[in-house]
Amino acid sequence: MIGRHKHCIALEDFSREEILEVIDLAVSMKEVLQRPIKKVPSLRGKMVVNLFFEASTRTRSSFETAAKILSADALNWTSSSSSVTKGETLVDTAKNLEAMRPDVLVIRHSAGGAPRLVAEHVGCSVVSAGDGAHEHPSQGLLDCFTLREKLGTLEGKTVAIVGDVSHSRVARSDLHAFPKLGAKVRLCGPPTMMPAGVERLGATVHTDLKEAVDGADAVIMLRIQHERIGDPLIPGTREYSKVWGLNAKKAADWLKPSCVILHPGPINRGVELSPEVADGPRSVILDQVQNGVAVRMAILYLLAGGAGEEARA
Amino acid sequence: MSDVLFIEGGRVIDPASGVDGVRTVVIRDGKVAEVAERVERPRDARAVDARNRWVTPGFVDLHVHLREPGQEYKETVATGARAAVAGGFTAVCAMPNTKPVNDCAAVTELVLARAAAAGLARVYPVGAISKGSNGEELAEYGELKASGCVALSDDGRPVMSSALMRRALEYARAFGLPLTVHEEDLHLVGKGVMHEGAAATRLGLKGIPSQAEDVMVLRDIALVELTGGRLHVAHVSTAGAVRAIREAKRRGLPVTGEVTPHHLALSDEDVAASGYSTDFKMNPPLRAAEDVRACREGLADGTLDAIATDHAPHSAVEKDVEFDAAANGIVGLETAFSVCLGLVREGALTERRLVEALTAGPARVFGLPGGTLARGAAADVAVLDPAAEWTLDPARLQSKGRNTPWKGRRLAGRCTHTIVGGRIVHEEGKADR
Amino acid sequence: MNAAEIERAVRRLGRDIAERARAAGAAGDVAIVGIRRGGVHLAQRLRRELARELGAEPPLGTLDIALYRDDLAEKGAAPVIGPTDVRFPVQGKTLVLVDDVLYTGRTVRAALDEIVDFGRPRRVWLAVLVDRGGRELPISADFAGARLEVSDQDDVQVRLVESGAPEDAVVVKPRRAP
Repeated sequence: MIGRHKHCIALEDFSREEILEVIDLAVSMKEVLQRPIKKVPSLRGKMVVNLFFEASTRTRSSFETAAKILSADALNWTSSSSSVTKGETLVDTAKNLEAMRPDVLVIRHSAGGAPRLVAEHVGCSVVSAGDGAHEHPSQGLLDCFTLREKLGTLEGKTVAIVGDVSHSRVARSDLHAFPKLGAKVRLCGPPTMMPAGVERLGATVHTDLKEAVDGADAVIMLRIQHERIGDPLIPGTREYSKVWGLNAKKAADWLKPSCVILHPGPINRGVELSPEVADGPRSVILDQVQNGVAVRMAILYLLAGGAGEEARA
Repeated sequence: MSDVLFIEGGRVIDPASGVDGVRTVVIRDGKVAEVAERVERPRDARAVDARNRWVTPGFVDLHVHLREPGQEYKETVATGARAAVAGGFTAVCAMPNTKPVNDCAAVTELVLARAAAAGLARVYPVGAISKGSNGEELAEYGELKASGCVALSDDGRPVMSSALMRRALEYARAFGLPLTVHEEDLHLVGKGVMHEGAAATRLGLKGIPSQAEDVMVLRDIALVELTGGRLHVAHVSTAGAVRAIREAKRRGLPVTGEVTPHHLALSDEDVAASGYSTDFKMNPPLRAAEDVRACREGLADGTLDAIATDHAPHSAVEKDVEFDAAANGIVGLETAFSVCLGLVREGALTERRLVEALTAGPARVFGLPGGTLARGAAADVAVLDPAAEWTLDPARLQSKGRNTPWKGRRLAGRCTHTIVGGRIVHEEGKADR
Repeated sequence: MNAAEIERAVRRLGRDIAERARAAGAAGDVAIVGIRRGGVHLAQRLRRELARELGAEPPLGTLDIALYRDDLAEKGAAPVIGPTDVRFPVQGKTLVLVDDVLYTGRTVRAALDEIVDFGRPRRVWLAVLVDRGGRELPISADFAGARLEVSDQDDVQVRLVESGAPEDAVVVKPRRAP
């Protein structure tokens, strides 16, 4: 259990304490990653199934690594919608996997709400690894963890999130989590990429990058997905990178010296981030990758350890 | 001896004839013989005790999907008609988006034959605006009218071509058929699955702006001005559409509108609160609170003429899936009265207006008989217990569809008797005849 | 045990460990690892003793064995996990594992599992302040400040000033109903 939750599906439902429970535990989990033998027996005999309906080597590998470090068995089921085209529904697939008695089902799906639908039909814990444009809770938690690690605290900090917020599940999870830890959120991007009513979720909305990053303690640059171009949300990457991309000069001129840069990856080099910035001293992108494993270890540990088993008995 | 039925002691609400008070309704030979305060009942006449009940004209629904032919696993004319009478509806207009589409006499006749065989509610078929509802060629309105269609619609789809819409409005004039139109600009809809707004943004679901409906309503009102055609806007859901219809009526244009119980009672925030329940997915989508308010005002002030259910049964195959992939629509015939009575209790609607919008209002829109208890009218009557509380158990619905957002909810108001042509076709607690 | 007795016991533990280390020719390779949470403060005290005895301060680490517990599935909730902090190479070391109370032996079993994941020490000794008996695994203390026979109904609590106690004490109390 994470606080009251048997599942990890949406940070919108998580309290400040529940977020802190995960990222506090992730500190200990990160220590395990530094050991010569990166394996602890905590989840020995537990099974984690990664059910991925969207290709994602990064997130899947991160969950798989997390499971294996904790000694859980990890099974990857990449359902590139092939079973769906055969007429098997999501619920069918989930029930089939449930029959293998996993302790945790990690699911990524292109439809918002899919993990919740699965959770209603299976007995095990469900972790969302991203559903449509809804949420990506483990990414939101790793962003919280990384920001706390780099900034000391999120209390009173300002974080700018720049890019295609309308399609970004990362932005939504961040937007739900950061304010609970005391940070202010600014969103910035072309108006075509700002979803309706997003200001009602507690962020300020900006179209001007300079204004959005001014005085910010951290900037999260979102990936511009190529399929959005001509969607038609933006005319092309050329103008996008000029107006909303971050290069070394803009970073030097506009960012305060201590400001760190995050990116959920994979980066489109030269579009949202220039290589000098992506690889520069402000970038904590690789820390995010390592912290992602630690945070996912914490999530799996809390859901598969102890109480989950008891609840099933 | 003639067949006589007395409905005694009930509060008769018949807006069409201006009656609201305790009366006895006398039915003779399938027609309303008398509505009077004191009538002597002959010893051998049958009677329905309607004390503490409402007695209204049978409800008329301008918009239902009976799925037959083609999708009998979702609903048939017979099960749909049974659901209708269970909800107090004595007449329903069956939309043509069956398989095949009702764009010719053969399908219309099949629907009518099935309805006659069921012998429950009256079923009025609606024919297609375009062949196959493809939005390309006009269907044969003369044949549709002759075989029994009362209106034309490509419901489920908008008529995207302004040119075709213009010709349809013009051509239908020759047969006196209204067009009942599903208004949405598909380009603005895109891949949207719910109302565009803060709730959709939180859920990460693609939004459909209200303006997708508004621009089409405005276009079609402009085409009514051009053609003099008769336009009825189906399932109005936005403040902009209500405003446009109000303005069109003010200018004397032959434009009417209907609204569903769900668009009057629920908003996009209910989609969020339901946690992606596909029982909250329909088209048009549940709108923002301000749209709901505008629809209620539009119904109260007469801008919207009728409450129509858009009864849309689906099976679990279409609904027990991801929200994005789920079919649109909910069943509505058996909950319409209870849900709308809730609006009366909230003060959004008067009792009289509620009954009017379920009876005389819709009857007038398509020029249907019924909707009144005037002497000589067909004896289509609903007897309703406004105080009866019940919990909606989908398994106990008469419809084959179980897709309703009121699953498990406490509702107040129930139909106890439904009479069609003088025959009791539904009596609460008894199997329907 | 009162404060003076505890101080004497710690001093004797330090002396005995140093003596054994010298005898094993490992005086320069001793390292101390306290088991969280009860063993941590005790390990710090022992380190001071050993520094005096051996002339050099041995490296000190802490272990949190929560990730190595064998009762995770039975516990109602996942236990709180603190940091494990072992910053020196354990390879070839004579490791002194320190805990306050030795009881069932399960904590020590978990600690041994964890320590070998950091490398291969030359040898591991177990030092505890109180050995209260009641073993459930074949584990024994190499050094014990005191050996008590305590009923399973009772709890042995070691209270040290470092963790906020008014004064050092070891008390035996009836176990509270779970």
